[in-house]
Amino acid sequence: MSALVEFALRMGDNTLVLGHRVSEWCGHAPVLEEDIALANTALDLIGQTQMWLGLAGDLEGKGRTADDLAYKRDVWDFRNLLLVERPNGDFGQTLMRQFLFDAWHHPMLTWLSENSKHERVADIARKAEREAAYHLERSTDLIIRLGDGTDESHRRMQDALAYHWTYTGEMFEADAVDRELADAGVAPDPAAMKPGWDALVGDVLAEATLEVPDNHFVHKGGRKGQHTEHLGHILAAMQFLPRAYPDARW
Amino acid sequence: MYAQMVKSTGTMKTREEMDERERAFQDRIDAGEKIEPQDWMPEGYRKTLIRQIGQHAHSEIVGQLPEGNWITRAPTLERKAILLAKVQDEAGHGLYLYCAAETLGVSRDEMTEKLHDGKMKYSSIFNYPTLTWADIGAVGWLVDGAAIMNQVALQRTSYGPYSRAMVRICKEESFHQRQGYSIMMKMASGTPEQKRMAQDALDRLWYPSLMMFGPSDKDSVHSAQSMAWKIKVSTNDELRQKFVDQTVPQAEYLGLTVPDENLKWNEEKGGYDFSEPDWQEFHDVLAGNGPCNADRMAARRTAWEDGAWYRDGLVAHANKRAAQRMAAE
Repeated sequence: MSALVEFALRMGDNTLVLGHRVSEWCGHAPVLEEDIALANTALDLIGQTQMWLGLAGDLEGKGRTADDLAYKRDVWDFRNLLLVERPNGDFGQTLMRQFLFDAWHHPMLTWLSENSKHERVADIARKAEREAAYHLERSTDLIIRLGDGTDESHRRMQDALAYHWTYTGEMFEADAVDRELADAGVAPDPAAMKPGWDALVGDVLAEATLEVPDNHFVHKGGRKGQHTEHLGHILAAMQFLPRAYPDARW
Repeated sequence: MYAQMVKSTGTMKTREEMDERERAFQDRIDAGEKIEPQDWMPEGYRKTLIRQIGQHAHSEIVGQLPEGNWITRAPTLERKAILLAKVQDEAGHGLYLYCAAETLGVSRDEMTEKLHDGKMKYSSIFNYPTLTWADIGAVGWLVDGAAIMNQVALQRTSYGPYSRAMVRICKEESFHQRQGYSIMMKMASGTPEQKRMAQDALDRLWYPSLMMFGPSDKDSVHSAQSMAWKIKVSTNDELRQKFVDQTVPQAEYLGLTVPDENLKWNEEKGGYDFSEPDWQEFHDVLAGNGPCNADRMAARRTAWEDGAWYRDGLVAHANKRAAQRMAAE
């Protein structure tokens, strides 16, 4: 598989799986405005998925559509970060996952939209960047307010941070695919995104009165298809209809 | 998505029984003027509107649940995106409606509390389950279709904020109905299993959709005062007839059978004759014994209770910031 296809799958699987997780909140959020915001975020992410997986299918050249890729691959072919498949937990856990991802996703899309030498990659990134900017603005604001809210909201946000922390390092790990794309000027070297992420996350957590966890372990494997147990359950729900009725058109 | 069986407060008064203010108010209504929040209004008018708009808002909120049930299982990315957009719209409708009700002097939190305590209701239709993907089509086609019948009429309702909310909501609802029908078209022209799902969805949701308009006019105890106040502008039976007349040809086009042996075109009245729903079932559902009442209310209460720390956290943060600003000044 070409490095570009692999890259498009990684981007698209991130948004697909996170969009799925966010959509699980529908009708269950703590306040009506959050129901609206979460549906909106999920909608953005699913729209981005259509673009990335559409690109992956086109570049692969086997006639697979975005839907084929979303609905007919098993876990080992998914390329998303482990972070995005982590369970929703309480609302704090969901928000913290969103923030840690947004703080990587938005700069990534900004880099791609400004620098990528691949026209379609840059074009998708330009469309997605505006949405991701809003996601980051919103999750940043809520992390600060809830971190520096009540004792309970502070504790929950600190717990959420500890829960996700060791899953953030995977965003900055580089493999042969990343090196090839970085050399070609298509995508950034993942490690080069880390100082900016550290600074942004550090500032926001400080304002939120949250402590950066002192645990430098990095869980990884998602980008190579080695996932947590959670992804199989996500796919079991997501892919049920096309799997159960393979001849149907919807 | 709207209100049923809204109890109106106050007994109907004749013109002679009204005092001067009540007469002037009724004259404005009769002249087709809109009543605005700052205007004087009879207490019964205000209370009836709070009940109706509040129930309508609650329906939008609870209505997220049966549709949300299929978001994670939508069969294509496009269908998933459309369903997400739809559910987001419904939550937005809930927000406009709560805001409209708040202009009458009741807070959203008070209304939410009453919903959770069982003191306010939501539409009976959301106590039915969505069992297959065709139900998502049928909800858009039938449930939104029925809601639009009512809401189009309510654009002419006498209370300004409610009327204006309806104008906006109707535009989005008609889009939802078309999306629902588009799912039904795919299902009804699809594989044998898909056709079976489509017919099954119509079989299960037809009568509950007819119930959305509320009891027959002869049994509708609250209508007369609400009609006089133009809180309600069409009767339950008028709207139900319009809905049936519109929907039956759509079912025929899909090649589906409306589950009513008595359904027949009546040339003389220029509409269909049809069977009434089982009103005992309707009252059972309103009394809490529908297939999903307990689950729907449990989901809403849990969302609210589990979210208390989040809401408290935001308030505490806002207070801290306000105190910091005060100290700095």
